[in-house]
Amino acid sequence: MAGKNCVAIAGDTRFGVRNQTVALDSNRIFKINNRTLFGMTGLNTDILTLRESFKFQMNLYNLEEEREISPKTFAHNVAQTLYSKRFGPYFITPIIAGLEGEDYTPFLCATDLIGAMEFPKSFVVAGTGEESLMGVCETFYKENMEPDELFEVVSQCLLAAVDRDALSGWGSVVHVLTKDGITTKRLRTRKD
Amino acid sequence: MQKGGFNFDLYQRNVELIEKNNYKVPKTTKTGTTIVGVVFSDGVVLGADTRATSGPIVADPNCEKIHRISDYIWCAGAGTAADTENTTGMISLQLELLSLSTGRSPRVRTALTLLKNFLFRYHGYISAALVLGGVDFTGPHLHMIHPHGSTSTLPYISMGSGSLAAMAVLETGYNSKMGEEDAKSLVHQAILSGILNDLGSGGNVDLCVIKHKSMEFFRNIDTTNSKRKFRKKLPYMFKSGSTKILEKQIKEKMEKMEIVNEKESQIEELEEL
Repeated sequence: MAGKNCVAIAGDTRFGVRNQTVALDSNRIFKINNRTLFGMTGLNTDILTLRESFKFQMNLYNLEEEREISPKTFAHNVAQTLYSKRFGPYFITPIIAGLEGEDYTPFLCATDLIGAMEFPKSFVVAGTGEESLMGVCETFYKENMEPDELFEVVSQCLLAAVDRDALSGWGSVVHVLTKDGITTKRLRTRKD
Repeated sequence: MQKGGFNFDLYQRNVELIEKNNYKVPKTTKTGTTIVGVVFSDGVVLGADTRATSGPIVADPNCEKIHRISDYIWCAGAGTAADTENTTGMISLQLELLSLSTGRSPRVRTALTLLKNFLFRYHGYISAALVLGGVDFTGPHLHMIHPHGSTSTLPYISMGSGSLAAMAVLETGYNSKMGEEDAKSLVHQAILSGILNDLGSGGNVDLCVIKHKSMEFFRNIDTTNSKRKFRKKLPYMFKSGSTKILEKQIKEKMEKMEIVNEKESQIEELEEL
């Protein structure tokens, strides 16, 4: 979700195989650089594969370009990687959140599993509980939220949606990215 | 390192996942769509709605469906969103290189041939239905391209799930001696008809008017569908501290880490890629 010169990404930390919970601490949100956060949901093996793949690509980018990648460019990179597997795709839904440019304008991008991007100004959702998430974000979202309020809204949205989804839960993490840095908070969720 | 083109490495695995393990595949974003093109005396008008759906959910209420192929050749796309974006992007690239190497400004017919050959190679698996319109030195042209690679050249075209609704308006209102304002108004009405009557189309109306060496893009020319009347006046307010936190960790930009909580942190180190 985007606020005023800040963005937040929140996700749960359950890893399960259909109805069985396998792990409670699976982290699916990664930091690309000081300005970009990248989250993925879907098939865990593809999440791990793409994590390594993007790590490799970003290291190469940093070496070749001698600068950090901007969130928008990274989003296009993700879309291209996903579309190259158009017939035999990675089963993931990625979300990119970052601060773009000198004035730290919030940037949000979500793509589908084959890389069709959308750039909303307010919020993006993904995962098994995405329909509930969409409803609750649509209700609670306000424009130009400060980082504190953004954290509260994002947390409440995630908690509400996760409670309504059997496959999500067992812990959650919220990252709030501002120009000064990233604040990470863990929340208590229902353990069922 | 990845080479260009499509990569089929995961195809076998995906087939097994879906058939043997009943994996629920994430949905692709489709542009249900109403797209329309009309030729008038001086040029071409293209129109599109702005809704992108993911199953029954609206994924993007305001997406751009009219893509640039070259300065005066534009293309509206319906079907799978990733396919229309990437197909028009690829052909735009090829056309630019071609026009640089031949030293001539590109023709609409060239874009048409490139698109139809590309789509035919994939036998409809790339689900992109396109309305290609533009003005080159031979005059205004308008073509429709189906996902399997067949094309038609017509004075007025509608495609997408709302094509029937739009075609009804076009058939009633089209005449071969239309001027620019009439054509714009006709396309606008056709798209509106699609938005109102077709569930896969919605949002705002985008228009693109192409004439000889001139192009005007009217993004969101009609936003009456986007004005929500029933939004609750006072938004919900969450006071600071209303969410209970287990643990907090602040990482400042200058690579200095300040751990607020004295206990051993259970927050997994935010993995830096």
